[in-house]
Amino acid sequence: MFLSAVYGESDLINMERRKAIKAGSGLGLLGVLAVLGLVPGSAWAGVGRAALEAGNLSDAFDALGVSIPENSELITLTLPDVAENGAVVPVTVESSLAHIEQISILVDKNINVLAANFVIPKGVAGFITTRIKIGQTATVVALVKADGKFYRASKTVQVTQGGCSA
Amino acid sequence: MSEATRIRATAKDGLTEVKMLMQHEMETGQRKDAAGNKIPAWIITDVEVLHEGRTVLEAQFGTAVSKNPYLVFRLIGGVKGEKISVLWTDNRGDKRTDETVID
Repeated sequence: MFLSAVYGESDLINMERRKAIKAGSGLGLLGVLAVLGLVPGSAWAGVGRAALEAGNLSDAFDALGVSIPENSELITLTLPDVAENGAVVPVTVESSLAHIEQISILVDKNINVLAANFVIPKGVAGFITTRIKIGQTATVVALVKADGKFYRASKTVQVTQGGCSA
Repeated sequence: MSEATRIRATAKDGLTEVKMLMQHEMETGQRKDAAGNKIPAWIITDVEVLHEGRTVLEAQFGTAVSKNPYLVFRLIGGVKGEKISVLWTDNRGDKRTDETVID
């Protein structure tokens, strides 16, 4: 009880999970289980928290179940070339790929690279706009899952004032 | 107590554009206070948007979504007067549901 008052529940879950990661043979299996929703405490629908806590693109792709996503010209990633304030960077992902199931936004240099993940059901357009924090000059990756396959588009944004401490 | 999510849903040319602004600190857990103590993470982790009770968007947020999260998406169809609801849950277990009708 004391701990949960100090840390909040999900921090505790995260600690449990880090222990599990250490105990296990790496992120791979846990990532897969998390994606399948088999990890206990799966109030986390969609992607598992492991994906949202991944520290680099490769771990995040693993946790999302992606090998090497193909570049696609059917994805348009819109964000400023230069962000003066890294705490609030507008990002739009739009795609004309058929049967879009999921859109994710990743920032390669952020401490947690996966900023947000969106599950797109049938009847919803391949379009998302949001605002994210970017700690330093980085490459933003839009990852789109369509018809069971992953595609990506990326763009570099120069950050003059970091957003991770904001 | 959390503040209401501002939602606007506008039907045009066969699409309904849904814009929302959630009110939340989105504290990353990476900052320290004046005394050098880590400020614990406090973020919205999950968002669900419903159109007339059907899930039309599910989002999972990491720590990099900006303070007072802003989100826009488009659903195909949608008629003036139909209900759009936005639900969020944060890592402290707080929840909030707000709704509007399509304009």
